[in-house]
Amino acid sequence: MRPDDYKYSESHEWIKYNEKKKEATVGITDYAVKQLADLVHIDLPKVGDNIEQGAPFGEIESVKTVADLVSPLTGKIIEVNKEVGGDLDTLKEEPFEDGWLIKIKPSDPAELESLMTKKEYEEFLEASEEDKEDKDDKKDEDVDEDDFV
Amino acid sequence: MSGKPLRTPLYGAHVKLKARMVDFHGWEMPIQYAGIIEEHTAVRTRVGLFDLSHMGRVRIQGRDRRAFLQKILTINVDKVPEGKCRYTFFLTEKGTPIDDLILYAGGPDDFLVVNASNRERDLEWMKSHLSGDVKIVDETLETALIAVQGPRSVETVKAVLGIDPSGMGYYTFATLGEFFVSRTGYTGEDGFEIIVPAARSVEIWEKFIDHHVAPIGLGARDTLRTEAAMPLYGNDLDEATTPLEAGLTFAVDLDKPEFIGQTALKAAGAPGRRLVGLVMESKRIPRQGFEVFHEGKKAGVITSGTWSPVLERSIAMAYLPTALREPGTAVEIDVRGRREKASVVKLPFYRRKKS
Repeated sequence: MRPDDYKYSESHEWIKYNEKKKEATVGITDYAVKQLADLVHIDLPKVGDNIEQGAPFGEIESVKTVADLVSPLTGKIIEVNKEVGGDLDTLKEEPFEDGWLIKIKPSDPAELESLMTKKEYEEFLEASEEDKEDKDDKKDEDVDEDDFV
Repeated sequence: MSGKPLRTPLYGAHVKLKARMVDFHGWEMPIQYAGIIEEHTAVRTRVGLFDLSHMGRVRIQGRDRRAFLQKILTINVDKVPEGKCRYTFFLTEKGTPIDDLILYAGGPDDFLVVNASNRERDLEWMKSHLSGDVKIVDETLETALIAVQGPRSVETVKAVLGIDPSGMGYYTFATLGEFFVSRTGYTGEDGFEIIVPAARSVEIWEKFIDHHVAPIGLGARDTLRTEAAMPLYGNDLDEATTPLEAGLTFAVDLDKPEFIGQTALKAAGAPGRRLVGLVMESKRIPRQGFEVFHEGKKAGVITSGTWSPVLERSIAMAYLPTALREPGTAVEIDVRGRREKASVVKLPFYRRKKS
Protein backbone atom coordinates (compact mmCIF):
# COMPACT_ATOMS: atom_id res chain seq x y z
CA MET A 1 0.00 0.00 0.00
CA ARG A 2 2.94 2.36 0.56
CA PRO A 3 3.84 3.87 -2.83
CA ASP A 4 7.31 2.95 -4.15
CA ASP A 5 8.03 6.35 -5.66
CA TYR A 6 7.39 8.35 -2.45
CA LYS A 7 9.99 9.43 0.10
CA TYR A 8 9.51 8.94 3.84
CA SER A 9 10.68 10.64 7.05
CA GLU A 10 11.52 9.22 10.47
CA SER A 11 8.58 11.14 11.90
CA HIS A 12 6.28 9.19 9.54
CA GLU A 13 5.50 11.83 6.91
CA TRP A 14 5.49 10.86 3.24
CA ILE A 15 6.60 13.11 0.37
CA LYS A 16 5.60 12.85 -3.25
CA TYR A 17 7.82 15.07 -5.39
CA ASN A 18 6.71 16.35 -8.78
CA GLU A 19 9.93 17.01 -10.76
CA LYS A 20 8.22 19.01 -13.50
CA LYS A 21 6.30 21.38 -11.23
CA LYS A 22 9.01 21.33 -8.52
CA GLU A 23 6.27 20.74 -5.94
CA ALA A 24 6.12 18.32 -3.03
CA THR A 25 2.93 16.84 -1.60
CA VAL A 26 3.16 15.82 2.09
CA GLY A 27 1.03 13.49 4.19
CA ILE A 28 1.39 11.04 7.06
CA THR A 29 1.87 7.30 6.64
CA ASP A 30 -0.57 4.49 7.39
CA TYR A 31 1.76 3.52 10.26
CA ALA A 32 1.37 6.97 11.88
CA VAL A 33 -2.41 6.85 11.47
CA LYS A 34 -2.57 3.40 13.05
CA GLN A 35 -0.37 4.38 15.99
CA LEU A 36 -2.39 7.53 16.71
CA ALA A 37 -5.74 5.70 16.35
CA ASP A 38 -9.11 7.42 17.01
CA LEU A 39 -8.27 10.73 15.30
CA VAL A 40 -10.31 13.74 16.44
CA HIS A 41 -8.59 16.86 15.17
CA ILE A 42 -5.94 18.18 12.83
CA ASP A 43 -4.37 21.65 12.76
CA LEU A 44 -2.84 22.65 9.41
CA PRO A 45 -0.94 25.81 8.40
CA LYS A 46 -2.09 28.45 5.90
CA VAL A 47 -1.14 28.85 2.26
CA GLY A 48 1.85 31.18 2.06
CA ASP A 49 3.38 30.07 5.38
CA ASN A 50 7.07 29.26 5.31
CA ILE A 51 8.09 25.97 6.83
CA GLU A 52 11.42 24.47 7.73
CA GLN A 53 12.74 20.94 7.51
CA GLY A 54 12.45 19.26 10.92
CA ALA A 55 10.13 21.92 12.40
CA PRO A 56 6.44 21.35 13.22
CA PHE A 57 3.89 22.69 10.72
CA GLY A 58 0.78 21.53 12.57
CA GLU A 59 -0.57 18.96 14.98
CA ILE A 60 -2.76 15.91 14.85
CA GLU A 61 -4.70 14.76 17.86
CA SER A 62 -6.33 11.47 18.77
CA VAL A 63 -8.36 10.51 21.84
CA LYS A 64 -5.27 9.36 23.67
CA THR A 65 -2.45 11.50 22.33
CA VAL A 66 -1.30 14.46 20.23
CA ALA A 67 1.57 14.56 17.75
CA ASP A 68 3.36 17.30 15.85
CA LEU A 69 3.29 17.20 12.07
CA VAL A 70 6.94 17.63 11.14
CA SER A 71 7.97 19.24 7.88
CA PRO A 72 10.22 16.98 5.82
CA LEU A 73 11.36 19.91 3.63
CA THR A 74 12.03 23.65 3.79
CA GLY A 75 9.86 25.85 1.61
CA LYS A 76 6.57 27.70 1.19
CA ILE A 77 3.10 26.20 1.49
CA ILE A 78 1.20 26.51 -1.78
CA GLU A 79 -1.86 24.42 -1.02
CA VAL A 80 -3.60 22.94 2.04
CA ASN A 81 -6.05 20.03 2.01
CA LYS A 82 -9.19 21.65 3.43
CA GLU A 83 -11.30 18.51 3.06
CA VAL A 84 -9.27 16.30 5.35
CA GLY A 85 -9.97 18.24 8.57
CA GLY A 86 -13.69 17.68 8.19
CA ASP A 87 -13.34 13.99 7.45
CA LEU A 88 -10.43 12.41 9.27
CA ASP A 89 -11.54 8.97 8.09
CA THR A 90 -9.86 9.85 4.80
CA LEU A 91 -6.54 9.55 6.61
CA LYS A 92 -7.43 6.05 7.69
CA GLU A 93 -8.78 4.97 4.32
CA GLU A 94 -6.44 6.73 1.89
CA PRO A 95 -3.43 8.13 3.74
CA PHE A 96 -1.32 8.22 0.55
CA GLU A 97 -3.92 9.73 -1.81
CA ASP A 98 -6.92 11.82 -0.70
CA GLY A 99 -5.42 12.04 2.77
CA TRP A 100 -2.58 14.37 1.67
CA LEU A 101 -2.12 17.37 3.96
CA ILE A 102 -0.07 20.14 2.30
CA LYS A 103 1.76 21.00 -0.91
CA ILE A 104 5.12 22.72 -0.65
CA LYS A 105 7.34 24.63 -3.03
CA PRO A 106 10.70 23.43 -1.65
CA SER A 107 13.44 26.03 -1.51
CA ASP A 108 16.11 23.35 -1.51
CA PRO A 109 15.05 20.20 -3.38
CA ALA A 110 18.41 18.63 -2.42
CA GLU A 111 16.82 18.05 1.03
CA LEU A 112 14.91 15.21 -0.61
CA GLU A 113 18.15 13.23 -0.51
CA SER A 114 18.03 13.20 3.30
CA LEU A 115 14.70 11.32 3.27
CA MET A 116 14.16 7.56 3.12
CA THR A 117 13.02 5.40 0.24
CA LYS A 118 10.09 3.07 0.85
CA LYS A 119 12.47 0.17 1.45
CA GLU A 120 14.53 2.18 3.92
CA TYR A 121 11.38 3.36 5.72
CA GLU A 122 10.11 -0.18 6.11
CA GLU A 123 13.46 -1.29 7.51
CA PHE A 124 13.34 1.70 9.84
CA LEU A 125 9.87 0.63 11.06
CA GLU A 126 11.03 -2.92 11.67
CA ALA A 127 14.07 -1.73 13.60
CA SER A 128 12.04 0.63 15.78
CA GLU A 129 9.49 -2.13 16.52
CA GLU A 130 12.34 -4.42 17.63
CA ASP A 131 13.75 -1.62 19.69
CA LYS A 132 10.39 -1.16 21.36
CA GLU A 133 10.11 -4.87 22.17
CA ASP A 134 13.59 -4.70 23.63
CA LYS A 135 12.56 -1.87 25.87
CA ASP A 136 9.33 -3.64 26.83
CA ASP A 137 11.38 -6.53 28.15
CA LYS A 138 13.49 -4.26 30.27
CA LYS A 139 10.99 -1.75 31.52
CA ASP A 140 10.35 -1.67 35.20
CA GLU A 141 9.06 1.67 36.25
CA ASP A 142 8.07 2.81 32.81
CA VAL A 143 4.52 3.63 33.89
CA ASP A 144 2.81 5.45 31.10
CA GLU A 145 -0.69 5.88 32.40
CA ASP A 146 -1.07 9.63 32.46
CA ASP A 147 -2.97 9.87 29.20
CA PHE A 148 -5.26 7.10 30.19
CA VAL A 149 -7.38 5.91 33.06
CA MET B 1 5.43 0.05 41.70
CA SER B 2 8.60 -1.85 40.96
CA GLY B 3 9.59 -5.20 39.53
CA LYS B 4 7.81 -7.11 36.82
CA PRO B 5 4.32 -5.89 35.99
CA LEU B 6 1.49 -8.03 37.36
CA ARG B 7 -0.82 -9.80 34.94
CA THR B 8 -4.47 -10.64 35.48
CA PRO B 9 -5.65 -14.23 34.86
CA LEU B 10 -7.06 -12.88 31.57
CA TYR B 11 -3.73 -11.58 30.21
CA GLY B 12 -3.50 -14.39 27.63
CA ALA B 13 -7.08 -13.76 26.51
CA HIS B 14 -6.22 -10.09 25.81
CA VAL B 15 -3.14 -11.01 23.81
CA LYS B 16 -5.23 -13.49 21.83
CA LEU B 17 -7.64 -10.64 20.99
CA LYS B 18 -4.65 -8.55 19.83
CA ALA B 19 -5.23 -5.87 22.46
CA ARG B 20 -2.68 -3.10 22.80
CA MET B 21 -1.20 -3.66 26.28
CA VAL B 22 0.17 -0.97 28.62
CA ASP B 23 1.64 -0.81 32.09
CA PHE B 24 -1.08 0.59 34.34
CA HIS B 25 0.11 1.18 37.92
CA GLY B 26 2.17 -1.99 37.81
CA TRP B 27 -0.39 -4.10 35.93
CA GLU B 28 -0.08 -5.07 32.29
CA MET B 29 -3.54 -4.17 31.00
CA PRO B 30 -5.36 -3.79 27.65
CA ILE B 31 -5.65 -0.13 26.65
CA GLN B 32 -7.66 -0.89 23.52
CA TYR B 33 -8.87 -3.64 21.21
CA ALA B 34 -10.86 -2.38 18.18
CA GLY B 35 -10.32 1.32 19.04
CA ILE B 36 -11.44 3.67 21.80
CA ILE B 37 -14.36 5.30 19.95
CA GLU B 38 -15.71 2.02 18.60
CA GLU B 39 -15.48 0.42 22.05
CA HIS B 40 -17.07 3.46 23.69
CA THR B 41 -20.00 3.31 21.27
CA ALA B 42 -20.45 -0.42 21.87
CA VAL B 43 -20.98 0.23 25.60
CA ARG B 44 -23.30 3.23 25.07
CA THR B 45 -25.50 1.47 22.52
CA ARG B 46 -25.11 -2.29 23.13
CA VAL B 47 -22.85 -4.03 25.64
CA GLY B 48 -19.15 -4.36 26.43
CA LEU B 49 -16.87 -6.60 28.49
CA PHE B 50 -14.10 -5.38 30.82
CA ASP B 51 -11.30 -7.11 32.70
CA LEU B 52 -11.07 -5.25 36.02
CA SER B 53 -9.10 -7.94 37.82
CA HIS B 54 -6.40 -5.41 38.67
CA MET B 55 -8.78 -3.65 41.08
CA GLY B 56 -8.27 -4.47 44.75
CA ARG B 57 -10.77 -6.85 46.35
CA VAL B 58 -10.54 -6.97 50.12
CA ARG B 59 -12.65 -8.97 52.57
CA ILE B 60 -13.17 -7.61 56.09
CA GLN B 61 -13.97 -10.26 58.71
CA GLY B 62 -14.34 -10.50 62.47
CA ARG B 63 -16.72 -9.53 65.27
CA ASP B 64 -15.51 -5.93 65.45
CA ARG B 65 -15.43 -5.25 61.72
CA ARG B 66 -18.44 -2.90 61.78
CA ALA B 67 -16.85 -0.60 64.36
CA PHE B 68 -13.64 -0.69 62.32
CA LEU B 69 -15.43 0.24 59.06
CA GLN B 70 -17.40 2.94 60.85
CA LYS B 71 -14.10 4.54 61.85
CA ILE B 72 -12.37 4.33 58.43
CA LEU B 73 -15.29 5.02 56.04
CA THR B 74 -17.11 8.31 55.38
CA ILE B 75 -20.59 6.76 55.22
CA ASN B 76 -22.63 5.54 58.17
CA VAL B 77 -22.20 1.78 57.74
CA ASP B 78 -24.96 1.07 60.28
CA LYS B 79 -27.43 2.59 57.83
CA VAL B 80 -26.34 0.50 54.85
CA PRO B 81 -28.67 -2.49 54.50
CA GLU B 82 -27.12 -5.90 53.91
CA GLY B 83 -26.82 -6.62 50.20
CA LYS B 84 -26.26 -2.99 49.20
CA CYS B 85 -23.18 -1.38 47.64
CA ARG B 86 -22.13 2.15 48.58
CA TYR B 87 -19.52 4.55 47.19
CA THR B 88 -17.30 5.89 49.98
CA PHE B 89 -13.80 7.16 50.92
CA PHE B 90 -10.77 6.49 53.05
CA LEU B 91 -9.63 9.94 54.23
CA THR B 92 -6.51 11.38 55.80
CA GLU B 93 -6.84 13.26 59.09
CA LYS B 94 -6.97 16.37 56.88
CA GLY B 95 -10.15 15.10 55.24
CA THR B 96 -8.56 14.41 51.86
CA PRO B 97 -8.99 11.09 50.03
CA ILE B 98 -6.47 8.28 50.35
CA ASP B 99 -8.76 6.34 48.01
CA ASP B 100 -12.34 6.11 46.81
CA LEU B 101 -13.99 2.71 46.96
CA ILE B 102 -17.14 0.62 47.02
CA LEU B 103 -18.41 -1.05 50.20
CA TYR B 104 -20.39 -4.28 49.75
CA ALA B 105 -22.28 -4.43 53.03
CA GLY B 106 -22.84 -7.62 54.97
CA GLY B 107 -23.48 -11.22 54.42
CA PRO B 108 -21.57 -12.53 56.52
CA ASP B 109 -18.39 -10.49 55.88
CA ASP B 110 -18.03 -7.01 54.45
CA PHE B 111 -16.21 -6.50 51.20
CA LEU B 112 -14.35 -3.57 49.64
CA VAL B 113 -13.34 -2.86 46.03
CA VAL B 114 -10.50 -0.33 45.87
CA ASN B 115 -8.37 1.22 43.12
CA ALA B 116 -5.56 -0.90 41.68
CA SER B 117 -3.16 2.03 42.04
CA ASN B 118 -3.84 2.30 45.79
CA ARG B 119 -4.33 -1.31 46.86
CA GLU B 120 -1.05 -1.79 48.73
CA ARG B 121 -1.22 1.64 50.35
CA ASP B 122 -4.86 1.04 51.36
CA LEU B 123 -4.02 -2.31 52.96
CA GLU B 124 -1.19 -0.77 54.93
CA TRP B 125 -3.33 2.16 56.01
CA MET B 126 -6.22 -0.09 57.10
CA LYS B 127 -3.85 -2.31 59.06
CA SER B 128 -2.46 0.74 60.87
CA HIS B 129 -5.97 1.46 62.18
CA LEU B 130 -6.90 -2.09 63.21
CA SER B 131 -8.47 -2.67 66.61
CA GLY B 132 -10.33 -5.58 68.18
CA ASP B 133 -11.35 -8.71 66.29
CA VAL B 134 -10.92 -7.66 62.65
CA LYS B 135 -9.25 -9.56 59.82
CA ILE B 136 -8.33 -8.02 56.46
CA VAL B 137 -8.03 -10.53 53.61
CA ASP B 138 -6.73 -9.40 50.23
CA GLU B 139 -8.43 -11.65 47.65
CA THR B 140 -7.28 -9.73 44.58
CA LEU B 141 -4.97 -12.35 43.17
CA GLU B 142 -7.24 -15.36 43.73
CA THR B 143 -10.19 -14.06 41.75
CA ALA B 144 -10.98 -12.23 38.54
CA LEU B 145 -13.34 -9.27 38.20
CA ILE B 146 -15.24 -9.05 34.92
CA ALA B 147 -17.62 -6.19 34.14
CA VAL B 148 -20.50 -6.32 31.66
CA GLN B 149 -21.72 -2.79 30.88
CA GLY B 150 -24.27 -1.30 28.51
CA PRO B 151 -28.01 -1.26 27.81
CA ARG B 152 -27.98 -4.95 26.87
CA SER B 153 -26.24 -6.10 30.05
CA VAL B 154 -29.19 -7.97 31.57
CA GLU B 155 -29.98 -10.06 28.51
CA THR B 156 -26.28 -10.72 27.92
CA VAL B 157 -25.62 -11.97 31.46
CA LYS B 158 -28.74 -14.13 31.26
CA ALA B 159 -27.73 -15.68 27.96
CA VAL B 160 -24.06 -16.21 28.72
CA LEU B 161 -24.03 -17.17 32.42
CA GLY B 162 -27.49 -18.71 32.70
CA ILE B 163 -28.41 -16.57 35.73
CA ASP B 164 -31.14 -13.96 36.02
CA PRO B 165 -29.93 -10.65 37.49
CA SER B 166 -32.95 -8.65 36.30
CA GLY B 167 -34.45 -8.41 39.80
CA MET B 168 -31.35 -6.78 41.27
CA GLY B 169 -31.60 -3.08 42.13
CA TYR B 170 -28.85 -0.63 41.14
CA TYR B 171 -25.99 -0.74 43.66
CA THR B 172 -26.97 -4.10 45.14
CA PHE B 173 -25.09 -7.40 45.10
CA ALA B 174 -26.02 -11.07 45.31
CA THR B 175 -24.62 -14.55 44.84
CA LEU B 176 -26.34 -15.98 41.78
CA GLY B 177 -25.40 -19.58 41.10
CA GLU B 178 -21.62 -19.69 41.32
CA PHE B 179 -21.19 -15.97 40.64
CA PHE B 180 -20.77 -13.02 43.00
CA VAL B 181 -22.59 -10.27 41.11
CA SER B 182 -23.12 -6.55 41.78
CA ARG B 183 -25.17 -4.14 39.70
CA THR B 184 -22.46 -1.50 39.63
CA GLY B 185 -20.07 0.08 37.14
CA TYR B 186 -17.89 2.95 36.03
CA THR B 187 -19.39 3.78 32.64
CA GLY B 188 -22.67 5.62 33.25
CA GLU B 189 -24.58 2.64 31.86
CA ASP B 190 -26.53 -0.17 33.47
CA GLY B 191 -24.34 -3.19 34.07
CA PHE B 192 -22.80 -5.77 36.34
CA GLU B 193 -19.46 -6.50 37.94
CA ILE B 194 -18.89 -10.21 38.46
CA ILE B 195 -16.26 -11.87 40.64
CA VAL B 196 -15.21 -15.34 39.54
CA PRO B 197 -12.44 -17.73 40.65
CA ALA B 198 -9.22 -16.97 38.74
CA ALA B 199 -9.08 -20.54 37.44
CA ARG B 200 -12.42 -20.20 35.65
CA SER B 201 -12.06 -16.65 34.39
CA VAL B 202 -10.72 -17.39 30.90
CA GLU B 203 -13.50 -19.83 30.14
CA ILE B 204 -16.14 -17.32 31.32
CA TRP B 205 -14.50 -14.39 29.47
CA GLU B 206 -14.42 -16.39 26.25
CA LYS B 207 -18.10 -17.31 26.59
CA PHE B 208 -18.90 -13.57 26.47
CA ILE B 209 -16.54 -13.03 23.53
CA ASP B 210 -18.16 -15.95 21.65
CA HIS B 211 -21.50 -14.25 22.32
CA HIS B 212 -20.11 -11.21 20.40
CA VAL B 213 -19.76 -8.97 23.43
CA ALA B 214 -17.15 -6.32 22.56
CA PRO B 215 -14.04 -6.33 24.78
CA ILE B 216 -13.34 -2.83 26.15
CA GLY B 217 -9.91 -1.48 27.14
CA LEU B 218 -8.83 1.11 29.69
CA GLY B 219 -8.89 3.82 26.99
CA ALA B 220 -12.65 3.61 26.50
CA ARG B 221 -13.15 3.00 30.23
CA ASP B 222 -11.67 6.47 30.72
CA THR B 223 -13.78 8.20 28.04
CA LEU B 224 -16.92 6.47 29.39
CA ARG B 225 -16.32 7.44 33.03
CA THR B 226 -15.37 11.01 32.06
CA GLU B 227 -18.61 11.49 30.08
CA ALA B 228 -20.46 10.20 33.14
CA ALA B 229 -18.37 12.60 35.33
CA MET B 230 -17.28 9.76 37.59
CA PRO B 231 -14.09 10.87 39.34
CA LEU B 232 -10.81 9.03 38.93
CA TYR B 233 -8.40 8.81 41.84
CA GLY B 234 -5.07 10.35 40.85
CA ASN B 235 -6.81 12.74 38.44
CA ASP B 236 -9.89 14.29 40.01
CA LEU B 237 -9.24 13.10 43.56
CA ASP B 238 -6.06 13.01 45.58
CA GLU B 239 -4.72 14.04 48.96
CA ALA B 240 -4.88 17.72 47.95
CA THR B 241 -8.67 17.69 47.36
CA THR B 242 -11.71 16.97 49.51
CA PRO B 243 -14.84 14.96 48.64
CA LEU B 244 -16.87 18.12 49.26
CA GLU B 245 -14.90 20.11 46.67
CA ALA B 246 -15.52 17.22 44.28
CA GLY B 247 -19.26 17.49 44.93
CA LEU B 248 -19.41 13.95 46.33
CA THR B 249 -21.41 14.92 49.42
CA PHE B 250 -23.67 11.88 49.04
CA ALA B 251 -20.71 9.71 50.04
CA VAL B 252 -19.85 11.67 53.18
CA ASP B 253 -22.03 11.69 56.30
CA LEU B 254 -20.61 14.44 58.51
CA ASP B 255 -23.15 13.68 61.24
CA LYS B 256 -22.33 10.00 61.66
CA PRO B 257 -20.23 8.68 64.60
CA GLU B 258 -16.57 9.61 64.47
CA PHE B 259 -14.51 8.74 61.37
CA ILE B 260 -11.01 9.67 60.24
CA GLY B 261 -11.06 13.07 58.51
CA GLN B 262 -14.44 14.10 59.94
CA THR B 263 -13.11 16.83 62.24
CA ALA B 264 -11.14 18.49 59.44
CA LEU B 265 -14.07 18.39 57.00
CA LYS B 266 -16.44 19.87 59.57
CA ALA B 267 -13.95 22.63 60.36
CA ALA B 268 -13.35 23.43 56.69
CA GLY B 269 -16.99 24.40 56.07
CA ALA B 270 -18.26 25.22 52.58
CA PRO B 271 -15.59 24.57 49.94
CA GLY B 272 -13.99 27.55 48.21
CA ARG B 273 -13.54 25.65 44.96
CA ARG B 274 -15.58 23.02 43.16
CA LEU B 275 -15.09 20.38 40.51
CA VAL B 276 -16.87 21.64 37.39
CA GLY B 277 -17.50 20.39 33.87
CA LEU B 278 -16.09 22.26 30.87
CA VAL B 279 -16.95 21.96 27.19
CA MET B 280 -14.51 23.43 24.64
CA GLU B 281 -15.29 25.17 21.38
CA SER B 282 -12.26 23.71 19.63
CA LYS B 283 -11.80 20.01 19.08
CA ARG B 284 -8.31 20.13 20.60
CA ILE B 285 -8.33 18.06 23.77
CA PRO B 286 -7.74 19.67 27.18
CA ARG B 287 -5.68 17.16 29.13
CA GLN B 288 -4.78 16.68 32.80
CA GLY B 289 -2.55 19.50 34.06
CA PHE B 290 -3.60 22.14 31.49
CA GLU B 291 -4.35 25.52 33.07
CA VAL B 292 -7.76 27.20 33.11
CA PHE B 293 -8.12 31.00 32.98
CA HIS B 294 -11.01 33.33 33.80
CA GLU B 295 -10.83 36.92 32.61
CA GLY B 296 -7.12 36.49 32.00
CA LYS B 297 -6.30 35.15 35.46
CA LYS B 298 -5.40 31.59 36.30
CA ALA B 299 -8.45 29.96 37.88
CA GLY B 300 -7.60 26.26 38.04
CA VAL B 301 -6.15 23.16 36.44
CA ILE B 302 -7.70 20.40 34.33
CA THR B 303 -7.98 17.15 36.30
CA SER B 304 -9.46 15.00 33.49
CA GLY B 305 -10.06 15.81 29.87
CA THR B 306 -10.90 13.85 26.77
CA TRP B 307 -12.92 13.64 23.61
CA SER B 308 -16.59 12.84 24.19
CA PRO B 309 -17.76 10.46 21.46
CA VAL B 310 -21.40 11.07 22.45
CA LEU B 311 -21.28 14.89 22.47
CA GLU B 312 -18.61 14.98 19.74
CA ARG B 313 -16.93 17.72 21.76
CA SER B 314 -13.81 18.04 23.86
CA ILE B 315 -14.75 17.87 27.54
CA ALA B 316 -12.89 18.32 30.80
CA MET B 317 -13.22 18.64 34.55
CA ALA B 318 -11.34 21.16 36.68
CA TYR B 319 -11.42 22.63 40.17
CA LEU B 320 -12.53 26.28 39.87
CA PRO B 321 -13.44 28.89 42.50
CA THR B 322 -17.01 28.32 43.71
CA ALA B 323 -18.12 31.62 42.15
CA LEU B 324 -17.29 30.27 38.67
CA ARG B 325 -19.35 27.08 38.91
CA GLU B 326 -22.48 28.54 37.26
CA PRO B 327 -23.22 26.84 33.91
CA GLY B 328 -22.47 29.20 31.06
CA THR B 329 -19.45 30.83 32.72
CA ALA B 330 -16.86 31.52 30.02
CA VAL B 331 -13.26 30.40 30.64
CA GLU B 332 -10.17 29.71 28.59
CA ILE B 333 -7.96 26.64 28.62
CA ASP B 334 -4.28 26.83 27.70
CA VAL B 335 -3.77 24.01 25.20
CA ARG B 336 -0.04 23.89 24.49
CA GLY B 337 0.40 27.64 24.50
CA ARG B 338 -2.83 28.63 22.80
CA ARG B 339 -5.87 29.75 24.81
CA GLU B 340 -9.03 27.92 23.76
CA LYS B 341 -12.56 29.04 24.66
CA ALA B 342 -14.61 26.80 26.95
CA SER B 343 -17.70 27.12 29.09
CA VAL B 344 -18.85 25.64 32.36
CA VAL B 345 -21.60 23.02 32.01
CA LYS B 346 -23.65 21.01 34.49
CA LEU B 347 -22.24 17.56 35.28
CA PRO B 348 -22.48 14.84 34.14
CA PHE B 349 -21.79 15.41 30.46
CA TYR B 350 -23.82 12.30 29.67
CA ARG B 351 -26.71 10.69 31.54
CA ARG B 352 -28.37 7.52 30.30
CA LYS B 353 -32.10 7.38 29.70
CA LYS B 354 -33.51 5.15 32.38
CA SER B 355 -36.08 2.62 31.25
